[in-house]
Amino acid sequence: MPALLSIKGMTHFFGGLKAVSNFSYDIPEGVIYGLIGPNGSGKTTTFNLITGIYSPTEGKVFFKDKDITRAKPYKIVQSGIARTFQNLRIFSSLTALDNIKIAKHFGSKSGLATSVLRLPSFMNEEKAIKKQSLELLDLMHLSHRAKESAKNLPYGELRRLEIARALATNPKLLLLDEPAAGMNPKEVEELMGLITRIRKEFSVTVFLIEHHMQVVMGICEYIKVIDFGETIAEGIPEAVAKDPRVLEAYLGKRGA
Amino acid sequence: MKKLNLPKLLIFVIVFYAAIQILYSTEMMNGYILHIINQSLIYVILAVSLNLINGITGQFSLGHMGFAGVGAYVSGTISTLVFKINPSTPGGMGIFILAIVVGGLAAAFVGFLIGFPSLRLKGDYLAIVTLGFGEIIRTIFNNIDYVGGPRGLLGIPKFSNFTTITVAALITIVVIRNLVESSHGRAMLAIRENELAAELVGVNTTHYKVLAFVIGAFFAGIAGGLFAHLLQMAHPTQFGFIKSVEVLIMIYAGGVGSITGSTIAAFALTFLSEGLRIGIRAIADATGLPIGGEWRMVVYSLLLIFIMLFKTEGLMGTKEAKLIRLKEVE
Repeated sequence: MPALLSIKGMTHFFGGLKAVSNFSYDIPEGVIYGLIGPNGSGKTTTFNLITGIYSPTEGKVFFKDKDITRAKPYKIVQSGIARTFQNLRIFSSLTALDNIKIAKHFGSKSGLATSVLRLPSFMNEEKAIKKQSLELLDLMHLSHRAKESAKNLPYGELRRLEIARALATNPKLLLLDEPAAGMNPKEVEELMGLITRIRKEFSVTVFLIEHHMQVVMGICEYIKVIDFGETIAEGIPEAVAKDPRVLEAYLGKRGA
Repeated sequence: MKKLNLPKLLIFVIVFYAAIQILYSTEMMNGYILHIINQSLIYVILAVSLNLINGITGQFSLGHMGFAGVGAYVSGTISTLVFKINPSTPGGMGIFILAIVVGGLAAAFVGFLIGFPSLRLKGDYLAIVTLGFGEIIRTIFNNIDYVGGPRGLLGIPKFSNFTTITVAALITIVVIRNLVESSHGRAMLAIRENELAAELVGVNTTHYKVLAFVIGAFFAGIAGGLFAHLLQMAHPTQFGFIKSVEVLIMIYAGGVGSITGSTIAAFALTFLSEGLRIGIRAIADATGLPIGGEWRMVVYSLLLIFIMLFKTEGLMGTKEAKLIRLKEVE
């Protein structure tokens, strides 16, 4: 299978601290890929490097065989990579529906004049944007919240809203930064079902960071374990779970 | 037969316009009140356009009157020094409108230039840069002899009247309202809400921040031009920092992000400021206390402090009146 995202020799320093060290990996199209590791091991930094928030000190990122290493974040999104955030970044004083509509922004063709004059082409486009956005909310079981200001939504719903917003950009690759954080077991169960469904319905590749072992082991087809910016294990879930280095990183050295 | 379906806002403005005209022509309202109404309407343009930059896009501009100054001087130069028109010149109105639009475009260009610092600066730092910019503009006008230097540009023909100003205010409100309710406006709102998240749902934040400055400055330039052709002069002190703060206060008192709020506050505060001038003079005359008209600023400031204390989000918050809101797309 061809690699959708390919990272080659990526290294990133924060001052003297090496946050990510010589990462290389390929994410094949269509998989659910998990990146796990203890706190501070460089997971979110990896996402920030892929989405263009940071530029890597060394190395390159290829998406659909195109070099996106130093592209602007919005360009990267427009090329088909969407993400969610570990600490939610919702447009909180706007409605849930508007949160989604904003993500439909770059697909919109109406120019300034067309929009201000509200010409028929603009009105049709607005209708289409609204329809698609409502469909996404429906998929995330958030229809009843469409008109609600996002700041009034409970945490679990905000997580789903953020996923819906990411999907609104029509991504090929969806990066989920700890999607199960702060969720109760029932919500986690639903989330797992949701991620699998999203992959199927939107034919996206999912790349997720997670602490929640149940999620990672339950839905990921391939797992990479990192610690202190370096890869300590990778492979299918069953193999990774038994790897002594993984157990050490998570539970500490035996007999120490 | 198709029913004529005029937008409510247009009907409201027509009624408002007719009422004022009737009151004025039957001498139930004097020229002074009409003048204050004209000023209020110009402040509506200034407040609504600043609201696009500060309220909708979440940038912090303290130099809005600088843009108005560019519009005032450029349009004043065109009408007064280049074409030397006056209201009895044939085709004078056409040249006046051209002058106002060119003034707006010149201000928009300056807005484009000042928009760039906004790409690297946030919050207080951006405020300081825009403040400095406003002062630079003022100083430049103060030092160009061609436009009168510190005496100001005098003898500008009186072309602005209730009709032109009302039309300009209505256009400003409609354009900015329609902009906000489009994908362009949503992109600007997203920047205010969370700039990083906006960028990461595909919004070109650079483009939209500069665009907000350009459009905001354009309308401020229009307002400046109308001001110059109403007061028949353009003077550097009209466009100083304190004046920019007055507009800023309007949008905060009205509710940041609310076009309705900015409009109401522009009217209320312009009338309040004038009312206090008269009121305090009356008190001084009646009691013999040594207080002058400047004391209105003290009262004015106190009132604003109370508004901010008891209605933190301003008069309207981020809400819009039904009149301003567009019908939802179905």
